[in-house]
Amino acid sequence: MIGSLFPGGDNVMLLALCVPVIAAILIPLFGARPNLRETVTLVSAGVLFDLVVILGDKVLRGDLPSLPGLQVLPGLEIRFAIEPLGMIFALVASTLWIVNSIYSIGYMRGNNEPRQTPFYICFAVAIFATLGIAFSANLFTLFLFYEVLTLSTYPLVTHKGNDDARKAGRIYLVLLLATSMLLLLPAIIWTGVVAGTLDFASGGILAGKVSPALMGVLLFLFVYGIGKAAVMPVHFWLPAAMVAPTPVSALLHAVAVVKAGVFSVVKVIVYVFGVDALREAGTGDWLAYVAGFTVIAASIVALRQDNLKKRLAFSTISQLSYVVLAAAILTPISLVGAAMHIAAHAVSKITLFFAAGSIYTAAHLTEISQLKGIGRRMPWTMTAFAIGALSMIGVPPTAGFLGKWFMLTGAMETKQWVPVGVIMLSTILNATYFLPIIFDAFFKAPPEPEPGHHAHGEAPWPIVLALTATAAGTILLFFFPAIPLALAEMMMGMR
Amino acid sequence: MIEHHLPVLIVLVPLFGALLSSLTHRGSIAWGVALLATVLTLAGAIALLARVTHEGVISYEIGGWAPPVGIEYRVDMANALVILIVASIAAVIVPYARVSVAREIAADQHAWFYTMYLLCVTGLIGIAVTGDAFNAFVFLEVSSLATYTLIALGPSRRSLLSAYQYLIMGTIGATFYIIGVGLLLTITGTLNFVDLAARIADTQYDQALLAAFAFITVGIGLKLALFPLHVWLPNAYAKAPSTGTALLASTATKVAVYLLVRIYFSVFGVDKIIGDIPVLELLLILSIAAMFFASIVAVFEKNVKRLLAYSSVAQVGYMILGVSMATTTALTGTLVHLANHALMKGAAFLAIGAVAYQLGSVSLDRMKGVGRVMPITMGCFVVAGLSLIGVPGTVGFISKYYLVIAAFEKGWWWLAFLIVASSLIAVFYVGRVVEVAWFSAPDTEAAELRDPPLLMLVPTIILAAACVFFGVDASLTAGLAEGAANVLFGGYQ
Repeated sequence: MIGSLFPGGDNVMLLALCVPVIAAILIPLFGARPNLRETVTLVSAGVLFDLVVILGDKVLRGDLPSLPGLQVLPGLEIRFAIEPLGMIFALVASTLWIVNSIYSIGYMRGNNEPRQTPFYICFAVAIFATLGIAFSANLFTLFLFYEVLTLSTYPLVTHKGNDDARKAGRIYLVLLLATSMLLLLPAIIWTGVVAGTLDFASGGILAGKVSPALMGVLLFLFVYGIGKAAVMPVHFWLPAAMVAPTPVSALLHAVAVVKAGVFSVVKVIVYVFGVDALREAGTGDWLAYVAGFTVIAASIVALRQDNLKKRLAFSTISQLSYVVLAAAILTPISLVGAAMHIAAHAVSKITLFFAAGSIYTAAHLTEISQLKGIGRRMPWTMTAFAIGALSMIGVPPTAGFLGKWFMLTGAMETKQWVPVGVIMLSTILNATYFLPIIFDAFFKAPPEPEPGHHAHGEAPWPIVLALTATAAGTILLFFFPAIPLALAEMMMGMR
Repeated sequence: MIEHHLPVLIVLVPLFGALLSSLTHRGSIAWGVALLATVLTLAGAIALLARVTHEGVISYEIGGWAPPVGIEYRVDMANALVILIVASIAAVIVPYARVSVAREIAADQHAWFYTMYLLCVTGLIGIAVTGDAFNAFVFLEVSSLATYTLIALGPSRRSLLSAYQYLIMGTIGATFYIIGVGLLLTITGTLNFVDLAARIADTQYDQALLAAFAFITVGIGLKLALFPLHVWLPNAYAKAPSTGTALLASTATKVAVYLLVRIYFSVFGVDKIIGDIPVLELLLILSIAAMFFASIVAVFEKNVKRLLAYSSVAQVGYMILGVSMATTTALTGTLVHLANHALMKGAAFLAIGAVAYQLGSVSLDRMKGVGRVMPITMGCFVVAGLSLIGVPGTVGFISKYYLVIAAFEKGWWWLAFLIVASSLIAVFYVGRVVEVAWFSAPDTEAAELRDPPLLMLVPTIILAAACVFFGVDASLTAGLAEGAANVLFGGYQ
């Protein structure tokens, strides 16, 4: 319907980029009337989803939409063009913005959070930045929106405005800006100087233009410059950012920020270096070890966390490095796995964070040791949590299985046994830190309620609705992976 | 007819404006005169730039005396750009002065303020437009004397002390410059830049020429606050009236940088002296020191005006860094940063001036939650701050981009990393202000505040918007800067 109103992919794409901007402008106008304000967010999210689906349909038919560029300087252009990987990212982000908005409304109202108008504005800007990253046609555009995303999420992290929040915000902002300016920006300019272009292209733009050694150096600058991918040791910002309200954590760890990180890493490997060129250069092998180390180390740290959100944060660090590891295996099938895992982890991890926020809203509990027997009072929440956790471990029929499957296939085909070992070991670790939570929640007796303290039930309905939807999505993605899979295979030129 | 006299008119209009406003005793009339004079000057500057772009270099003989005997006003892409920067900033912030000055300065001195404001603009434009080394000295003194008075008009008693400090340093600087020019005169027998360039090219390297070069470098270095000759600047900026600070920070150091570049690359040329002694290496070290030390000092500064002043010292470091690399790309970076820094520092000082106007203080301790009650003002500050950091999408990124490219082109990849590393320090000093202003709850005192009157708000918004506009479409600023860099390197033909 909408597609017929705006003939030509360009218009739909332009409109999709405009929707969150319009939302960010309208939200403050309705600041005094919360119901209208939230309507703006929900309607924008719905419209954006429609538009992105239309775009996805075009991409699947082999028609890649793009927009004319805006030249900042000669050689420096803000330009958007969709390729399959970006399409997956945009689909994930726009789908989860709807769910996250519903959830935010329940959470922010349920917890009487202050300053909700700036909160929703920053959220809309963050989604805009995410789309900008997903649709970027060159490294400069990617960098521009990468920074916009950092800056727009910084107020969200410091939302509470107390000393803890300010301190966490400082770490968040400084670490992400520092890595991007210190490493990513020189990497981009260096690439521009040696390759003569910043445009993403299939097969890479560096192939044949730089020595293997410089390729290794640039890869180092890119991987650590993209601090949002949280490859150790630039992962500190992520647990620190846990002070933020839960919808923000969900946004940071499932939808926008970390996904923008691993998305950028995969995009750079595929479209700047070129998978084949990087494999032939042989100077990118270290990445698999670094990513593998991060996977294992973060899982071990996660084991020791009693704070639920902290444990989830370290789980995220570990899962992100799965994506980086999959990319570092450097086979087409493993990169398909990387792309699939971006989508799978998004929908599963958002479920887990929603559940954590649900528990906090209904029961005001934050520590894992307090959760004994909570499954009886909050069956929806804890069932969703269980599904999300199984997906983290990679148990079928959940989405998490898919990514691992492709990664393992890719690694085994090329006889890279280190990644295989890492994936197997981390699966065991994941099970060790998730299964006891589920077991305690359902099969242990809850503590006696203190006298005068009335028992809680489920969280407000928008929260339950949101987490049920994402849990269902986690399972549905397993049974119906056709769309992201087709896109991922398109990315590698496999169809 | 008017067109022909444009080069001299853009100096005469603010000069006569200054005269007129000194004769009025009413602040409001003087303000009207200042507004009219600066707007006319801006129109003249735009017309001048248009003419230079179409017709090439304009040479104007003062009083009909042909150079090298008479004084020549000589306008090419480089100084047309600088004149445009000064004239634009001067015109944009006059409306702001109306409200701000009314609160900061006693009513009987308002007319003096506008007189000095216009004299300062006269001097700065004069330095840029003239093609004569001694005439440049005269305008240097006109602008400096006006600046001392402007600072002394500041609201606190320490303003006088700051003005006195600057008077001493500024006079030393001017004296050094004139000694250098005097030496040049004895060596070459001329003061005209074009003539000087031709004769210096013919002379042999000798100690006198070297001494002239050194005196001029130190003299201008003082004026442009080249680290470590910057000590006068933080107090001067912190104690002047808010409008005065915005004008000085956006224009004064820029014009001095222009004069240095002009004398280095057009008059002496890259071979003479510059090729003989390691002066560029020295400038490179000093500018890197400025970028780091001044930024670090800014991080620990509690008075936001002083914080921004130290940031200015660091930013001048970037401009001189471009000079020290001595390539067209690097010099383009320097010149585009002249324009860009004028916009961002102008916006930042105007925003902070609005805080001073409403709150009566610019100390970080008292600025808690100011952003929440004055969202537009502090929003503009955030934009200016992001430009200082060099976030893409703002003008700061454009400057940094040119400098980093220039470093890579020279193969100095280590310098590229130093540039981005130093710009990162700005995250800390801007971040501190943003954190206090936006992420703390306002005090009872601050909770009553609102954004300032429109006359103050609109200029601030214009400059902040320009920071974003020229960050997204830099074709105008970077195009002019590139043209100017080519002209300066090309020498006089």
